[in-house]
Amino acid sequence: MKIHEYQGKQIFARYGIPIPSGVPCFSAEEAEKAAKKLIDETKNPVVVVKAQIHAGGRGKGGGVKVVKGGPGEARQVAEKLLGMQLVTHQTGPAGQKVCRLYVEQGLDIARELYVGLVVDRERRRVAMMASTEGGVEIEKVAAETPERIITEHIDPLLGLAGFQARKLAFGLDVGRGTPKPKDTVKQFAATLQKLADLFVREDCSLCEINPLVITKQGDVVALDSKINFDDNSVGRHRNWAELMDKDEEDPVELEAKDAGLSYVSLDGDIGCLVNGAGLAMSTMDIIKHHGGNPANFLDVGGGANKEQVEKAFKMILSSPKVKGIFVNIFGGIMKCDVIAEGVVAATKELELTVPLVVRLEGTNVDKGKEILKQSGLSIQAADTMADGAKKIVKAVRAG
Amino acid sequence: MAILVNKDTRVVVQGITGSAGTFHTKQCIAYGTEVVAGCTPNRGGETFEAEGPEGKKVAVPVFDTVAEAVKKTAADTSCIYVPALGAADAILEAVDAGCKLVICITEGIPVMDMIRVRRALEGSSTRLVGPNCPGVITPGQCKIGIMPGHIHKPGRFGVVSRSGTLTYEAVGQLTALGMGQSTCIGIGGDPVGGMDFIDVLELFNDDPETEGVMMMGEIGGNAEEKAATWIKANMNKPVAGFIAGATAPPGKRMGHAGAIISGGKGTAKDKIAALGAAGVKVAPSPAEMGKTLQSML
Repeated sequence: MKIHEYQGKQIFARYGIPIPSGVPCFSAEEAEKAAKKLIDETKNPVVVVKAQIHAGGRGKGGGVKVVKGGPGEARQVAEKLLGMQLVTHQTGPAGQKVCRLYVEQGLDIARELYVGLVVDRERRRVAMMASTEGGVEIEKVAAETPERIITEHIDPLLGLAGFQARKLAFGLDVGRGTPKPKDTVKQFAATLQKLADLFVREDCSLCEINPLVITKQGDVVALDSKINFDDNSVGRHRNWAELMDKDEEDPVELEAKDAGLSYVSLDGDIGCLVNGAGLAMSTMDIIKHHGGNPANFLDVGGGANKEQVEKAFKMILSSPKVKGIFVNIFGGIMKCDVIAEGVVAATKELELTVPLVVRLEGTNVDKGKEILKQSGLSIQAADTMADGAKKIVKAVRAG
Repeated sequence: MAILVNKDTRVVVQGITGSAGTFHTKQCIAYGTEVVAGCTPNRGGETFEAEGPEGKKVAVPVFDTVAEAVKKTAADTSCIYVPALGAADAILEAVDAGCKLVICITEGIPVMDMIRVRRALEGSSTRLVGPNCPGVITPGQCKIGIMPGHIHKPGRFGVVSRSGTLTYEAVGQLTALGMGQSTCIGIGGDPVGGMDFIDVLELFNDDPETEGVMMMGEIGGNAEEKAATWIKANMNKPVAGFIAGATAPPGKRMGHAGAIISGGKGTAKDKIAALGAAGVKVAPSPAEMGKTLQSML
């Protein structure tokens, strides 16, 4: 689950990680008020008006504006940003609509660094990466100048040790050029340890500060915040529900998640309903292999009951693009008769007009096949995955 | 011999009284698996009733702790159906009780929990399979997990996969070709888990009853690439493969927590290339997995 920069910064603040003063704003008036408040408090006329969308690259895309002309100018900038489709290298060509802003105090930036934490699957540890190349895409740095990234792995037993934090601090030479090098090093190391603690306690899957700045005064401040949470951990974080921004989510994917199903929208016209993620991916693959185009990924899981299957069907059919459906079930936990009942019920209730191919195999397969046969509906049966894929591609082409 | 489990394996089922635990333990007992104990805290003293292969009545004692279950029944392998937020602790309990093999079926365990489990397992001789996996089966001898037993057939081919139902698809194809299986292992779909491809391939490589291996991977992480390097240097039996997710879009979690292309890494294309370079024949379509292994013999 992704959250906005301003929400990430609120979490940073809870852990004592220094952030610039800032105010989330949902209208141009709020932005004007916030700018006035910040200018008065900080005695600094510079504020930054930032579009809040989940994708990175907002600055380059024109979604971050430095404002030196006071609250009036902040209001004008806010008016322009709110409602715009912000396109960045991470949003895709359609971009993302800007509905939220964050107005922040301006800082005297001396240096921009990068710090990021991610789960290193190979080492089975959280990895903390730091680089002097702040403010740029870290993937680019990793590809072109990997020697500019220093990595420390965090032992879950110890957390980020003091010596590890210092290795990173001195490795980046954070004290260089600051008015108080010893203090800057101390601040930086402390920030890293707080970040490491945050990552684990908040069940993150990604946490990036890009850039983490050293101000001209030698202070360490998080100028950005990008936090992704581990979806598996939602059961132990009650606050996540209110952090979610529905405007950023695909409504069908959200509905599916609420129903306990896994769903991803794709571009094609052949809907898929499959049990098991690997088989569901393979079903998409085999449709493509036989010349078709999958409309979605849908894993109905092992515990799906008749109602969930019906819901899944309706979800697939809610897309006008869908010209046919391929149900591919190999039952382990999933029982073929449960799928069959769901398919029949949904088909009848929705008065299905597009071609439907159903392939069943595994637990209770004979019961399942019987239910489909007895339904009297025009469902094409397939015994193998290849047979099913070929049939649905053919049916969709013909229709 | 096969690997990991056989007719002598003695199983304790953690979470036996839950709905998934109940349904699947009955199926495993009907298959012939030696389930000697169950464990659900506060349900100790109950008896779990089921029927064995010929309809013979089986009464499995339920205990409050795995330690007690192991002490009283000499269980050596645990199968876990405990819900996600308690499952990591269940794994650690089984390890602490002295189980030599722990198979965790549960999906949805927080990644931080599994990182802690892996840390706790350092230095331990216990093997962990999963989580988020269908389990392990040595056809004709022992089934531990949720796979449909009837599609399997004893034989000489090992199967290892990150996916459950895709494994059944491969097994179905192999059985239809008369290529029975020595042991089938689902290593699970999570980003951090127990035995990896290399750990399983090592066992298959040393197993005199395994003649060749079918391995199914998917997008996300670099387990297949690491396996490819290992295979090239060590494997002395044919390995055929399939990688799911060639059509998956980047950045999206495709069902499995571990099935996500991040920062351009973990694509099906890269995995297929790595495996191919190691001498693994990769099936062009999931319908041809069995045939692909057959063509290497």
